[in-house]
Amino acid sequence: MIIELGHFALILALLLAFLQAAVPMIGAAHGRARWMHFGRQTAWSGFGLCTIALLALMHAYALSDFSVRNVVENSHTLKPLLYKIAGTWGNHEGSMLLWVWMLSFWSAMIAQAAWRLPETFQARTLAFQAMLLIGFMLFVLCASNPFLRLEIAPPEGFGLNPVLQDPALAIHPPFLYAGYVGFSVAFCFAMAALLEKKIDAIWAAFLRPWVLAAWVSLTIGIALGSAWAYYELGWGGFWFWDPVENAALLPWLSGTALLHCLSVLEKRGAMKNWTIFLAILTFSLCLLGAFLVRSGVLTSVHAFALDPARGVFLLVLLAVATGGGLFLYALRAPYIRGAALFRPFSRETVLLLNNVFLFAAVATVFMGTLYPLFMSALGLGSVSVGAPYYTATLVPMLVPFAFLMGLAPAMAWRAGRPDLVLRRLLAPMLLTVVAAVAIIFSPLPSSPLVLAAMIPAVWILLTLGQDVLRKAGNLRGLAYLPARYYGMVIAHAGFAFLIMGAAGATQADSEDIRWMAQGDRARVAGYEFVLLTATSDLGANFNRDKAVFSVRPTTGTAASARYFFMTPEKRWYPESEKATSEAALSLRGLDMLYVVLGDQDEKNSARFVVRIYHHPLIALLFAGATMIALGGLISLTPRYRRRRGT
Amino acid sequence: MKPQLLALVPLAVFILLLALFAAPLMRGVDPAKLESAMIGREIPDFVLPAALPDGRHFDRDDLAGAPAVVNFFASWCVPCQAEQPLLARMAAQDGIDVYGVNYKDKPEALAPWLEKHGNPFKLIGADDEGRVAIEWGVYGVPETFVIDRRGVIRLRHVGPVSEADYRALFKPLIAEVMK
Repeated sequence: MIIELGHFALILALLLAFLQAAVPMIGAAHGRARWMHFGRQTAWSGFGLCTIALLALMHAYALSDFSVRNVVENSHTLKPLLYKIAGTWGNHEGSMLLWVWMLSFWSAMIAQAAWRLPETFQARTLAFQAMLLIGFMLFVLCASNPFLRLEIAPPEGFGLNPVLQDPALAIHPPFLYAGYVGFSVAFCFAMAALLEKKIDAIWAAFLRPWVLAAWVSLTIGIALGSAWAYYELGWGGFWFWDPVENAALLPWLSGTALLHCLSVLEKRGAMKNWTIFLAILTFSLCLLGAFLVRSGVLTSVHAFALDPARGVFLLVLLAVATGGGLFLYALRAPYIRGAALFRPFSRETVLLLNNVFLFAAVATVFMGTLYPLFMSALGLGSVSVGAPYYTATLVPMLVPFAFLMGLAPAMAWRAGRPDLVLRRLLAPMLLTVVAAVAIIFSPLPSSPLVLAAMIPAVWILLTLGQDVLRKAGNLRGLAYLPARYYGMVIAHAGFAFLIMGAAGATQADSEDIRWMAQGDRARVAGYEFVLLTATSDLGANFNRDKAVFSVRPTTGTAASARYFFMTPEKRWYPESEKATSEAALSLRGLDMLYVVLGDQDEKNSARFVVRIYHHPLIALLFAGATMIALGGLISLTPRYRRRRGT
Repeated sequence: MKPQLLALVPLAVFILLLALFAAPLMRGVDPAKLESAMIGREIPDFVLPAALPDGRHFDRDDLAGAPAVVNFFASWCVPCQAEQPLLARMAAQDGIDVYGVNYKDKPEALAPWLEKHGNPFKLIGADDEGRVAIEWGVYGVPETFVIDRRGVIRLRHVGPVSEADYRALFKPLIAEVMK
């Protein structure tokens, strides 16, 4: 009964969305306040109905209602309750319902922000939001309906994939979707602005927190996904340039560009068309990601179950939303003029240049992701590109990009003074040179890749430090700098740490694969690993092989070389016939030791394949990602009035 | 360029992209069955060093004059384990020579893996840089090719060979090329 309630709630929400798409739009055109107000009411009611629909499905998952097909396919009674509930969005149908729910949530939030937005503008934004809702609700109801029942309910479900039973994986899709869907607000703002032909600093100031919220969610989602892949998959990697990962990275890059454009627009009233274009592009990349991942046009290790009908539906959705958006852009953009003149030596020029690099990065990742499609369209067969392509194309862009990142805070808006900027940056420049020499003589390999990441990172950190000191003036001044400024500093420093960590973990890593039996020793990156025991036993709902290693650093005095233990496991879940590897991770300073227990030797059961990795500086990578999200969050906090001097 | 024309550029690019996305969907091509430009062509020239310390190198001449199955695999590739018994069956029952190209693998990992999952390969070449894989248009491991007596690629299979694939695709074709 409850599941039907959810189904009907969604159908009702669809009907409401049709009204929300039409009534406020007409109201805005004719200046009818009641019609415009109607959009706010439908947005809230629609949100309520979508919440009922989502809760109904979660209820079916929590209670393992196996008369619902979606639950049978994706759940199992033996799952812990948390993962049963998380299973609601762990599959294609349920995740699309979550999209719809989030769209309706953002709609309601726009309705809530009534007092801040001009009325006609809000009405039009809500109407566009409703059009997107119609598209996604039709998709859920017609092509991926999670509310369908089965004639005969089986006693047990099929969905018990132990790899997916992980806290990071359970919560990372909602963050990703909140990010994707959050960018729909930017899209609808851009559409409404094009209709009204009015884009100005106030518009940018309105939009900025929405984009920032979406961007923070997306950052968290990507970081959690990457962390999950790192410790759960047991491959010792954190980013695989897989189409699904790229589908999340593309809107992130484009959203980053959009955020910076919004600053320029807010402060200088410039780059209007480009900002609108980025708003359309960012959401389109989210839609494109959904299409690529769920249509099966590109194969991926993470891909959902494939269905050609869904691909066609999503393609039509993409064509209508993006095509419509770009059509409106083509009609209206030529008549929107930036007011301000650009001076070549100013902060806005630096931000514009960085936008060029971010856009180039979007284009590069886009090309790499779609390369198999391009090739097959040209009749050249299907070939995919991997990490070497991305390294070769993105790293050279990183150097000038990071240089500009350090330059921007030191530059003034409008007309910067070269002599002043040079004086401000002299100390960071000299210190970067010193740091570069130090890096060359450090234990890190001085390969071009390492230098191309480390030196720019140091430069960013030094220029940020100098900037904070200069702007604060003295220690007391630190308390008076705005939160938004600190958000920028933390996010930029996070980016610097992220590239340091990525360079260390991928370029200075060591790895050892060998057979090991009890008492065997292995030496990796200055640590000695001794296999103490390797045993097989039974766990809660799995069998496992478990190994205990004692590890100690080989350098230093006997007293400082303390032992510690690492216990990797290999589990076999008979119920789902799946094996998982529980790698043992141990953080030593900023470096990670990572031990994976592999297969047992069939002929000599005492021996196991053991993989040992050492990933230097990887803590910086995850700390950096966290700081980027944190910086965004801090920027979101409302601005405090600066206290005037006493 | 006029601003009116410039504003049309994104739309035009997008329409082109749409056509690109629509093409595979409309053709109804199963993305798992990647058609290869290599089918019907002669295999490219290649020389690979031996993957195992006691093995012999593997080159194009080894495939001359006799039909063969060439399998791209790696010890780090989990699906590759699944198809090992079927490759062994091709070698044992159908009597075709099965060769392996060990893709971006470590020799010390390969030997224990073969010990565990069986070694159906007549020769195994080590493609450490993935150059040969690129020349053959390999999308990822595992991939399996059937090559006839004249050295022409007759079949390319992406992903592990399943029992059904073996019966529907490989068995009839192997029988044909063995004639």
